[in-house]
Amino acid sequence: MATNVSDPQYYHKVVDCQWGCPAHTNVPEYIRLIAQGKYAESYLLNRQANVFPGVLGRTCDRPCEPACRRSRIDGKPVAICRLKRVASDLKGDIEEFLPKDPGFSNGKRIALVGCGPSSLTVANDLRPLGYEVTIYEKRDQSGGLMRWNIPAFRLPPDVLDYEVNAILDTGVEVKYNSPVTSMKELLASGFDAVYVGSGAPKGKELELPGRHDGNAKSVIHIGIEWLAGVHFGHIEKIEPRVLIIGVGNTAMDCCRTARRVGASSVKVVARRNRKYFKASPWELEDAEEEQVEIVENHAPKRFVYDQGMLVGMEFEQLAWTDAPDGTQSSKVLGTTMIPCDAVILAIGQDNSFQWIERDIGIQFDGKWDMPVVDKTTHQSTLPGVFFGGDAAWGPRNIIWAVEHGHQAAISIHQYCEGESVKERPAYGMNLVSAKVGMHAWSYSNDYNPSPRQKMQHEELVKRFESVHTEVELGFTPEQTAREVERCLNCDIETYFTGPLCIECDACVDICPTNCLTITGAGDEADLRTRLSAPARNLDQALYVSDALPQTRRVMVKDEDLCLHCGLCAERCPTAAWDMRKFELIVPLASSRAHATA
Amino acid sequence: MTSIAKPPVRHPSLGKNALGFTRRDYEGAMSTLCAGCGHDSVTAALIQAFWELDVPPHRAAKMSGIGCSSKTTAYFMKQSHGFNSVHGRMPSLTTGANAANRDLMYIGISGDGDSLSIGLGQFCHAIRRNVQMLYLLENNGVYGLTKGQFSASADVGSTSKKGEPNIQKPIDPALLALSLGATFVARSFSGDKAHLVPILKAGLKHNGFAFIDIISPCVSFNDHEGSTKSYKHTREHEVDLAPVDFVPLRREITAKQGPDAGVTSVTMHDGSILRFRKTAREYDPTDRGAAASHVRACSERGEVATGLLYVEEGGEEMHALNRTVAKPLVELPFEELCPGNARLQELMAEYR
Repeated sequence: MATNVSDPQYYHKVVDCQWGCPAHTNVPEYIRLIAQGKYAESYLLNRQANVFPGVLGRTCDRPCEPACRRSRIDGKPVAICRLKRVASDLKGDIEEFLPKDPGFSNGKRIALVGCGPSSLTVANDLRPLGYEVTIYEKRDQSGGLMRWNIPAFRLPPDVLDYEVNAILDTGVEVKYNSPVTSMKELLASGFDAVYVGSGAPKGKELELPGRHDGNAKSVIHIGIEWLAGVHFGHIEKIEPRVLIIGVGNTAMDCCRTARRVGASSVKVVARRNRKYFKASPWELEDAEEEQVEIVENHAPKRFVYDQGMLVGMEFEQLAWTDAPDGTQSSKVLGTTMIPCDAVILAIGQDNSFQWIERDIGIQFDGKWDMPVVDKTTHQSTLPGVFFGGDAAWGPRNIIWAVEHGHQAAISIHQYCEGESVKERPAYGMNLVSAKVGMHAWSYSNDYNPSPRQKMQHEELVKRFESVHTEVELGFTPEQTAREVERCLNCDIETYFTGPLCIECDACVDICPTNCLTITGAGDEADLRTRLSAPARNLDQALYVSDALPQTRRVMVKDEDLCLHCGLCAERCPTAAWDMRKFELIVPLASSRAHATA
Repeated sequence: MTSIAKPPVRHPSLGKNALGFTRRDYEGAMSTLCAGCGHDSVTAALIQAFWELDVPPHRAAKMSGIGCSSKTTAYFMKQSHGFNSVHGRMPSLTTGANAANRDLMYIGISGDGDSLSIGLGQFCHAIRRNVQMLYLLENNGVYGLTKGQFSASADVGSTSKKGEPNIQKPIDPALLALSLGATFVARSFSGDKAHLVPILKAGLKHNGFAFIDIISPCVSFNDHEGSTKSYKHTREHEVDLAPVDFVPLRREITAKQGPDAGVTSVTMHDGSILRFRKTAREYDPTDRGAAASHVRACSERGEVATGLLYVEEGGEEMHALNRTVAKPLVELPFEELCPGNARLQELMAEYR
């Protein structure tokens, strides 16, 4: 009946950002370290979980931010991602704290296919244990899609180089210009395990009438290939009027890049309305700031030519209606032509596994022709072969690729040690009182009403001069100082010791967001109907205590809107409430090795 | 005490009353009382009661004297009028204020020291005059502000924090109020808001002097084993008369009132209704003699009689008794308020 707070996942779930982050980055702690000016410590704490703080501080899909409790309080989440960049920008010289070449070999050799974020994470986790790591990369540069799919105006190359080299410099061998053309051959080279982190490198095609007519070859591009072309310098300009088909984050990178290589009019055309766009809202805003027009509810029908030259694209205008079951249906309102001189197709990416022979024990599913991979262990049906990143289950994002790398590294280590990959190392936690005096806490518990700080951008004129001019200028010291105080410190947990409670109601009365109630016991659905304030957010847990000593009622806390201000603990005469700092111990291949050593 | 002020943000789904206010709008300054003080719970119950009654804060006046209890007027309804007076003199101040402006809602908050020692005479005479006010006595049996000496309400045999027993007989404020003819006498407990809030609402709507003795434990000096005013002792020895519901008038108009078996109803001055649910003991809340014997009997058994002990709605409050002018003095034209020397001379002549 009573809530079990000794399970690390209970408090983990209260830390919404950390729970939302695939790699479980300890966000509140790294924000506190920034507040204290400990940028290097903050960077390293980030690096432990997400490996690429500088890259992710600029490019992350930020699943943490929609989850942030602050957005339920004043409408805007803490700028978690941008603060990560602050830590990265100001970290200083941290050379001595980065992993070194271990200087020994454990006798195991592993091969990683592709030099993107997931493979690099595997290398990062396993190299310190003495694994001999070889990465096969088809191009002549490292970083994978982080390098040739994310334009330099969003991610400067030196930031990427620094973080990739931090891993490669520990003695990882990279074979550049070495596409793997046969899995069979790779397996025959005597590796103890193989990790496939080769991404989803093939842009989706859009076979419509006119796709290959006239001058199509030079003016109709596949999004990710075109971005790579710009990155490698093969493409330096584009025609004045450009249409982008698709509205994911790649489409956003394409339209903004097009503005920098000569396009004066750029339209992004989507089949549906804004509510269903795949691109992150902030990327849409950034594109619109650069005078990119977003066209909704237009389905592409054909490419239109005049004397062999592309002059436009024909679309059906759609009206969408929501059905009660959550699906949508469309009705065609009419046909319209949007004039253009070039088209970039950014409608998604596919995997490409023709280099894996189908008779070597790696099973592929019949429907999508994707390898069958265990969701937890990342193991394929051939025990020594593991998949992760976009290569495992299709395109996602960098932070997921990193988490896949961590999990696969655990599996590879256990596999190479002859252990079962199914038995995963357990999550742990530390829970230590944050009380440091009568009314003093080891964190800044006062609520700061500052609004979310707005990122400063480079002037439009300047940013269009070069693809390499970074748009986001980073927070000023004043902005950083304000933004860190917006964090509600959700990792400083309210910890209740029932037997000490005298039911004086002090905590219930003082709680600014009415999270607490002392009431008769009941099941959760029943309790939710009789709390101090409506508890309608079913995604958020209720804490329920054991029966209290004097009246046998229970203490109930709705975690939803807790500000973690600690007033319940300050007003508690018996210290039944305490604020305790929660630290999730996330198992990694390297930490597990330390534990067993 | 707390290290920070209560954050201004509130729960977005917090209910609003008829005036469009949430409970948070009825809060006051941050309490500086000890953590866990019963008085803070009384404050929270008052906030709830005022919010539920849709009281416009600027139409209320909070009156107090000296002591921990008397600080609590600062902790709710920061937009209300208030007067923090001399020790034990809150009843006189309130009498004067009420005489001048009968339209405000008066809430006097006092403690066992302020009301039963230095201000005992003041307390008695406010009852005699039947001043229209809610008089709260936050009763913890101890002088908290001066570090824990026994007060006049401490029971014989109850011990100080160091273990010394009290030897003097206590004054029971409820018995005293009953014997002086108070028309609304109740006792409640700060640790039980479900009990306290309806009684506060009834007291605020009473026609005349409404007295509520609230057992409000002192966590710093009187919440130990030998105390008879601790949270634990009160919970174990409380004898509640009957659960009370307060039904405001405007809601009653729409509800169909059937013959409700087992419920005693008392219609308040303004038409709202007090409902007493029947308990095993037969109890008539309009019988003064029975109320007094019930309180005395409980006390002799070492129990604490709580609930609305006595209510009489037909009485005349101070203005009715003295046949004063119907308007607050501030609303009278100057000529009426001060008719001049000629009129004074006429009046004087009448007495010659």
